[in-house]
Amino acid sequence: MNDFTLWDMASNLLLAARWTILLSFIALLGGGSVGLLLLALRLAGLRRVTTVIDLYIELFQGTPLLMQLFMVFFGLPLFGIEVSPWLAAGVTLTLYTAAYLVEIWGGCVAAVSRGQWNAGASLGMTYLQQLREIVLPQALRIAIAPTVGFLVQVVKSTALTSIIGLTELTKVGNMLTNSTFRPFPIYAMVALLYFLMCFPLTWYARKLEKNHQRNITR
Amino acid sequence: MNYVFDFSDLQQYAGMIVHGIAITLALTAAATLLGAVIGIGGAALQWTGGRTIRIVIASYVELIRNTPFIVQLFFVFFGLPGIGIHIGEMQAALLAMTVNLGAYAIEIVRAGIEAVARGQYQAALAIGLTPRQAFRAIVLPQALATVYPALACQVLIVMLGSAVLSQISVTDLTYVANYIQSRNFRSFEIYVVITVIYLLLSILLRRLMNVMARGLFAGRQR
Repeated sequence: MNDFTLWDMASNLLLAARWTILLSFIALLGGGSVGLLLLALRLAGLRRVTTVIDLYIELFQGTPLLMQLFMVFFGLPLFGIEVSPWLAAGVTLTLYTAAYLVEIWGGCVAAVSRGQWNAGASLGMTYLQQLREIVLPQALRIAIAPTVGFLVQVVKSTALTSIIGLTELTKVGNMLTNSTFRPFPIYAMVALLYFLMCFPLTWYARKLEKNHQRNITR
Repeated sequence: MNYVFDFSDLQQYAGMIVHGIAITLALTAAATLLGAVIGIGGAALQWTGGRTIRIVIASYVELIRNTPFIVQLFFVFFGLPGIGIHIGEMQAALLAMTVNLGAYAIEIVRAGIEAVARGQYQAALAIGLTPRQAFRAIVLPQALATVYPALACQVLIVMLGSAVLSQISVTDLTYVANYIQSRNFRSFEIYVVITVIYLLLSILLRRLMNVMARGLFAGRQR
């Protein structure tokens, strides 16, 4: 099995990186949708609903993602649902991402001044209209930088799904190591690929942040 | 759903669970101390150092912050022996955690230093302190007080992230969970229990660090 050249390894890892990217998209889309829904519920201001959402956030931010993966992977079958690694990973990453996005976006909405809501109300807008027409467009602009920054964390967290058997970048790295016994170059390449996916996001988030700061001080 | 939950079997594993908690907490504590040293030292070097030093430190920070912890861990544990450096799983775990936390700590402390008003440093120089004294007595304490919450948050992230150490057979809390479920096949029950323990640990740790902040930065925190 030692006839693997470095190029063979690299091309295998490159192909595996597709699944890491796909998983990140699933987490972002799923987590974004759930997060938006929870945010709308929390903004409505019902105390009991808010408490439940806060507990949800505490639970998913206060426990290891790996444990959450195990819970879903071994928990869903109890409800008679057959779980593939993809389903477990998709569900867990969605819930995990949503728990962070609710908080990040909640902060952005809070950053839009109270007067904007009141102005909407004085024009006779309903709560939903105020949210949709006035507050969200402004909050959205504030939210872009922290969301892009958080995406880095999402991409990195997909690496954990290798443990429940999903064949993404880290898993393929493990498999190649087992068959070629060359862990040093393989894990270096795996790390490099993650870096190539994450660093542009980090850089872009930082740039957005700087632009935003400049617009505020102006 | 007609599954009967059964937690009764878990009592006999209480000792193992306590051992797992101890390992998780001990590694987190050690990594926190070492990581804080790297964080403060790295940020200080970035402040005073020349161009080369700054680039080296910035590369280290970016490299760690843009790769998953589990890959860093595998690189240390499986990769380093490949080039002749052999270390045990506990050393590998501590090394990976420290290197990881250190990078984030540098970034956080650096941000804190930048947030301290320039005038504070100049005032310190004006009353006759040397640049080193000014940094140590005036700039750094204010910077640390400002960024302490961010550092504490990062420690929590490292503690939760340490769950993957079980993958290199460190006998931490997650390892214990996997071991027990391989024995009694009550997977869901044991994972619920261990997840709740992690949740309690992170709540306790947060409380502890808040209390420590009151002692460390008495009268300084805004």
